[in-house]
Amino acid sequence: MKLYEYEAKNIAKQYGVPVPRGRVAFTPTEARQVASEIGGEVVVKAQVLVGSRGLAGGVKFASSPEEAAEVASRLLSSEMRGVKVSAVLVEEKICISRELYLSLTIDRAARKPVFLVSEMGGVEIEDLARKYPGKIKRIYIDPEVGYTSYMARIALTALNLPWSLIGDLDSLLKSMYRIMVEYDAELVEFNPLVLTCDGKVVAVDAKIIVDDNSLQRHPELQKLHGREYLDFERRARELGFSYVELDGDIGVISNGAGLTMATMDFILYYGGRPANFLDIGGGATRDRVKEAVKLMLQHPRSRVLLVNIFGGITRCDEVALGIVDALGEMEELKPIIVRMLGTNEEEGRRILREHNIDSYVEMDEAVKAAVEASRRG
Amino acid sequence: MGILVDSSTRVIVQGITGREGAFHTKLMLDYGTKIIAGTSPGKGGMYVHGVPVYNTIEEAIREQGSIDASIVFVPARFAPDAVYEAVDSGLKTVVVITEGIPLHDELKFINYARKKGVVIVGPNTPGLLTVGECKLGIMPGHVFKRGSIGLVSRSGTLTYEIARELGKQGFGVSTVVGLGGDPVTGLDFIDVYDMFLRDQGTEAVVLVGEIGGDAEERFALYYRGLSVRKPVVAYIAGRTAPPGKRMGHAGAIISMGIGDYSSKRRTLEESGILVADTPSQIPMLLGGLLR
Repeated sequence: MKLYEYEAKNIAKQYGVPVPRGRVAFTPTEARQVASEIGGEVVVKAQVLVGSRGLAGGVKFASSPEEAAEVASRLLSSEMRGVKVSAVLVEEKICISRELYLSLTIDRAARKPVFLVSEMGGVEIEDLARKYPGKIKRIYIDPEVGYTSYMARIALTALNLPWSLIGDLDSLLKSMYRIMVEYDAELVEFNPLVLTCDGKVVAVDAKIIVDDNSLQRHPELQKLHGREYLDFERRARELGFSYVELDGDIGVISNGAGLTMATMDFILYYGGRPANFLDIGGGATRDRVKEAVKLMLQHPRSRVLLVNIFGGITRCDEVALGIVDALGEMEELKPIIVRMLGTNEEEGRRILREHNIDSYVEMDEAVKAAVEASRRG
Repeated sequence: MGILVDSSTRVIVQGITGREGAFHTKLMLDYGTKIIAGTSPGKGGMYVHGVPVYNTIEEAIREQGSIDASIVFVPARFAPDAVYEAVDSGLKTVVVITEGIPLHDELKFINYARKKGVVIVGPNTPGLLTVGECKLGIMPGHVFKRGSIGLVSRSGTLTYEIARELGKQGFGVSTVVGLGGDPVTGLDFIDVYDMFLRDQGTEAVVLVGEIGGDAEERFALYYRGLSVRKPVVAYIAGRTAPPGKRMGHAGAIISMGIGDYSSKRRTLEESGILVADTPSQIPMLLGGLLR
């Protein structure tokens, strides 16, 4: 779960990480108030969970509280990559001498937390890794030992900072590791971390991503979970399905994450476009199948549904009954193509045949049929 | 033949009295797995499908003799504790079926087990199976025909699909290993390929990857540097997955510029590994390599 910049900065501040003075504002009036408390020039930043905010025009400067209110008003009525902006962060403008990159994430290969440190900050890590792979220093933490101070000395050298800042950097890195452990974060990122004109280190942007599997340990975050999802994603997740919105017109229902992705990819292979990823999970019961089919019948962009169930122990008669139930309960129907395998296969196919629904044994044939049906639309 | 488990492997089921644990204990017994005992704190003295239940692994070993491997069906909150118990009891292999374990808990027990030389399979895995000998997992046993293809995968159902495709074309499997769907897992492609290299019962390897992380890329680079190899055919799921979205598995996410389909495919192909476009192409590509 991604946190907003202002939430990440509030946490950082509690752990003693230096961040610019400022506060979140939800209305232009609040923005004016914050700007006048800060005094002088301010920066107004749209609070969105999508990347490349700067390029999308989400970061503006203002030289007076009135201008801050105006800028905030414009940002608060805008959309950024399809998401409505509902808050802005108003902060003092920092005089920047150098922009640095500092993050703490999980290295999958080493199975350890790792600091990524670079003196080339301010660009997204994706670009940094592509353009200057040699400019990223990696410092690993043994999770059984935790953070120790020599890591700051390595980071200081990599960042090319003066020795006088070693104490500040040590407490910054220590705080990052504490945040990671105490918030069960998979990412704590300060980009840019800046060296100010008066020689201090300040986190000008902050990002924290919390591990979804750990949310039950953080009830205050758990209740916010799901806010980054689009409407349809939220509905699907409330039903307990793993769901991701795509942009095609063939609705996909499958079981298992890998098979669901393979089904989407197969659609593309035959020249069609998947509308979504929907994994109903293991042991598909009649009711689960019904809910999934009902949901996708209401999906605005899908014109055809493809149900692909590889039943190891799943009963095909249950799958068939779930599909028939869903079709019986809904007014607006769509062509539905079913591929299923497993126990009671013959009975399942008989049930579907009675309702004039095509069912297939092979994934190839079912996908091909779905793509053809989507063309007939 | 096969890797990690065989017909002589003596198994304990941790969390044997739970719904999943009991259900799959029955299926594993039916497959022929030598299940010696089960654990379930507070339920010692019970029997599940004829398997004696103990409060601790220590007690199970004392009464039933040595145990080689465990399979964990314990809920996420208690799973790390179960893994520590298995590692400290001297077991060699621990299969963690449980999904949803907090990432930082996993990091700790995986590092701990590796230092002690204990193999962790998973977490969030369908398990592993040496065909006709031992099933330490939840996969439907009948889809795997006996043969000489080593199958290593990051997913569950897709692996069954691929095993079925292989079987249709006359290819059987030696051992199938589910690495698990989480961002960090005990084993990775390199570890398992190394075991398949040493296994006389394995002729070639099918690698089933997915978007997220760089385990496939790391394997490709490792493979490139080997002087002795067995042929590999790969399939990667998630060509149509958008960046920044978690595709079901906690580990299936393209983030910070790492984990997209094209990088995996390119790196594998640059190492001379054939990559199938669809699951049904895998047997054809294998056939070309082996015949």
